[in-house]
Amino acid sequence: MQRLQHILGIEGLTTEQITFILDQAKPFQEFQRYPLKKLATLRGKTVAIAFFESSTRTRISFTTAASRLGADTMNLQAESSSLKKGESLIDTVRTLEAMRPDGIVIRHAASGAPEFVAERLAIPVFNAGDGTHEHPTQGLLDALTIRDKKGSLEGWNITIIGDILHSRVARSNIHLLTKFGSRITLCGPAMWVPRELESLAPNVRRVLRIEDALTGADVVIVLRVQTERLHEPSIAAEEYILQYQLTPERLRLAKPDTIVLHPGPMIRGLEIDPAVADGPQSCVLEQVTNGLAVRMALLYHLIGGAPADAPHPAKERSNATD
Amino acid sequence: MRVVEKRQLLSGEEISRTLTRLAHEIVEKSGGPKDLALIGVRRRGIPLAERIASIMQQSAHVNVPVGTLDITLYRDDLSTVGPQPVVHSSEITFGVDDRDLVVVDDVLYTGRTMRAAMNGLFDLGRPRRIRLCVLIDRGHRELPIEATFIGRTVETSDTEIVEVRLNEIDNEERVMLVDRVA
Amino acid sequence: MLLIKNGRVLDPASKTDAALDVLLDGDKIANAGANLSAPDAEIFDAKGLVVAPGFIDLHCHLREPGQEMSETIETGTRAAARGGFTAVCCMPNTQPVNDNASVTRGIIERAAAASVRVWPIGAASLGSKGEALAEIAAMKQAGIVAVSDDGKPIASARLMRQVMDYCNPLGLPVIDHCEDPSLFAGGVMREGPISTRLGLKGIPAQSESICVGRDVEVALLTGARLHIAHMSSAKSLEYVRAAKRAGLRVSCEVTPHHFTLTDEDVRYDTRYKMNPPLASRADRDALIEGLADGSIDAIATDHAPHHAASKDVEFDRAPFGITGFETALALGLSELVHTKRLSLMRLVELFTTGPAGVLGVERKIASGQPGDLTIFSIEREWTFRSSESASKSRNTPFDDRAFRGAPVATIVAGRFAYRP
Repeated sequence: MQRLQHILGIEGLTTEQITFILDQAKPFQEFQRYPLKKLATLRGKTVAIAFFESSTRTRISFTTAASRLGADTMNLQAESSSLKKGESLIDTVRTLEAMRPDGIVIRHAASGAPEFVAERLAIPVFNAGDGTHEHPTQGLLDALTIRDKKGSLEGWNITIIGDILHSRVARSNIHLLTKFGSRITLCGPAMWVPRELESLAPNVRRVLRIEDALTGADVVIVLRVQTERLHEPSIAAEEYILQYQLTPERLRLAKPDTIVLHPGPMIRGLEIDPAVADGPQSCVLEQVTNGLAVRMALLYHLIGGAPADAPHPAKERSNATD
Repeated sequence: MRVVEKRQLLSGEEISRTLTRLAHEIVEKSGGPKDLALIGVRRRGIPLAERIASIMQQSAHVNVPVGTLDITLYRDDLSTVGPQPVVHSSEITFGVDDRDLVVVDDVLYTGRTMRAAMNGLFDLGRPRRIRLCVLIDRGHRELPIEATFIGRTVETSDTEIVEVRLNEIDNEERVMLVDRVA
Repeated sequence: MLLIKNGRVLDPASKTDAALDVLLDGDKIANAGANLSAPDAEIFDAKGLVVAPGFIDLHCHLREPGQEMSETIETGTRAAARGGFTAVCCMPNTQPVNDNASVTRGIIERAAAASVRVWPIGAASLGSKGEALAEIAAMKQAGIVAVSDDGKPIASARLMRQVMDYCNPLGLPVIDHCEDPSLFAGGVMREGPISTRLGLKGIPAQSESICVGRDVEVALLTGARLHIAHMSSAKSLEYVRAAKRAGLRVSCEVTPHHFTLTDEDVRYDTRYKMNPPLASRADRDALIEGLADGSIDAIATDHAPHHAASKDVEFDRAPFGITGFETALALGLSELVHTKRLSLMRLVELFTTGPAGVLGVERKIASGQPGDLTIFSIEREWTFRSSESASKSRNTPFDDRAFRGAPVATIVAGRFAYRP
């Protein structure tokens, strides 16, 4: 299995690599239950957290993951709107590089920005969300949640509801789940679920009525309605609620053991009825814990361990170490 | 790296007899089985701990719980382990607080594994006492660590490796001394 | 005097394809015929090479005045000469915009020392802001050959009508960069499966074709000469074909990158970001058909240099544009002639009589004509390296590309602008 150097997107990963990451996240899941949540594994390492788009949850998740592994973090929070002129990405990145972090977590409004950074720096790059391209750690933590609840990732009917066109989370989910043979149904207002999305991966179909989308679903992923939209008129909240809100009644159209995921933050009463958000089928809290576990596993593997070209040391045999 | 087998240190039967002796020693020197528990260090410490617990149950009619510990996250030499240091789960279903723990491993060498094991155990709680039980003590300590229960002490050189092979993992049962050849 | 001997002369105006010699005297062509001799002339042996009328590029950006970091008239024309061009038409989106006679004169003065002829295109509206007409008549006197608000579309049908009505009696063609701002809206590449996969904002093909349709309707209304710049889609081509069938004076050009690359070539590399964006395969194939059947009048480079730092950013933030002078002919030969989609004569037309016709001038090898010749090899194998380019900028997707066919020598006004 090819060693991972960066985590830029799900599209480029094999099922073997994805399975490895999910398996490696399991010990870190347990770890979240320990009374003392502090390891020295990455002690002395520094992780740069460079968020060019505002985020609380993902940033805190990555920062906590690094700290719990014993690493230090360098926090850069450059709120950039596309109108703001300032230091270019290349300059910011070079400045960070001069402080010699051991890895960089980056969230940016421009699709392709993490790849841009990875081409120019010699350290591992973790994509925490780029434009409308991918959010790979979200895709992985959703997969871990689904795998834990359903037992596997293969052959499920997965429905994603919302503004798919502008969702990097949806794209990562689509790439990952179809790699394992699950089928995706995309649902939302026509302007947010264009036909092109069906060409993203095999076994993807698009459906405009939520009732059709939910029938037979094993997993439902609800996306936030993004109200910050440039260049386009949005849809009135009442219109969206009327046609696409996930209510208990609508959820009943899905299979009885369906689970509900939401990448957060939720707007209760808009895309999701509070009864569903807090209900027994909702996995949003597990998603958060799994987010920590997945991010710890990734930081551990990409920053810990020998450089890729290091030879295996003489003490490689497991019973010859002390 | 090539290895050459030099000589056998323990035969299958000798392993068995040694484990029996160790099991009885532990029971004797523990002032009662009340809070006693065994922790097997991944990998080969686990079948050894399970066997010791089984012997304790059959001969001494003492029921001692067994937990497993993966020390990968606690190693101090992660960057020399190799490019893909895989992590496994630890499984300790009983609480660690106030326990009389005996950590079981196959070989005691530099002492670093034991240090990592102690770090791991302290992350889980506050044991009353920790002692170490090993099948082979091969010397060359780099830290002030000692084993209380030792199967056999062997003098070795730096290039030599002590290979413990157990049925559960290696499909054979013996302890070999092997040497690295250029 | 300069005698070009032993070449294969290709002259579309007279449909000549023959082994002929060409004699230049002063800045004019003196004679073209078999086995010419001129004892006082410098001799250039064009054995194995094609000798064509001097190429014209209808569309380029020389960045002077105001953006000399990216290119100057001197460096740009040097690159043009290396590409085989003898005359280039530079767009007015400089700083300040070329919307009045004094800027036009400034450009023409700087161009006196340039390697090739520079024929400026003036802005259609003041500042290209799309509100008031620019000082078109004054600019015509100063030497512009056409008007355009390139970089942007001419802002409204009403303004297009005004510009056309104004330019018609002046004999100036109106060149439009066709784009619908409401559909373009912040897009960075062609809308389609690739833009969806990459998460980049897409621009639908209709952004261009809606504007082409509008312009053709206004041309119908006014009877003026309309030229569609850098046309990139099949639908736009359909509008132009229909306009030509209806007898309108509508012409169009295509860039080499649009008949070579498609949106499938885009990843996040800003050397593939230009406007109009790279289109679909179907569009590219339709354009090649249009080049072959005469619906498309010219190949123009839209040479758009940008200095390195400005392109070394995230895809969203990078400016649109790539350089093109030095690779245009090579791409034409490699992608169109060697693949047998076009005849060599047709390719030469697209660089000579085609653009000349749009501007209303002649371009041929005949006695008394301007002494402009483009001499090239059909077979020479070479690799283009952006580091060796004469342009100040390196923003090209064709770096390190191997070609079969290359410009060899360029003669402007009877003198070598570029020679081996």
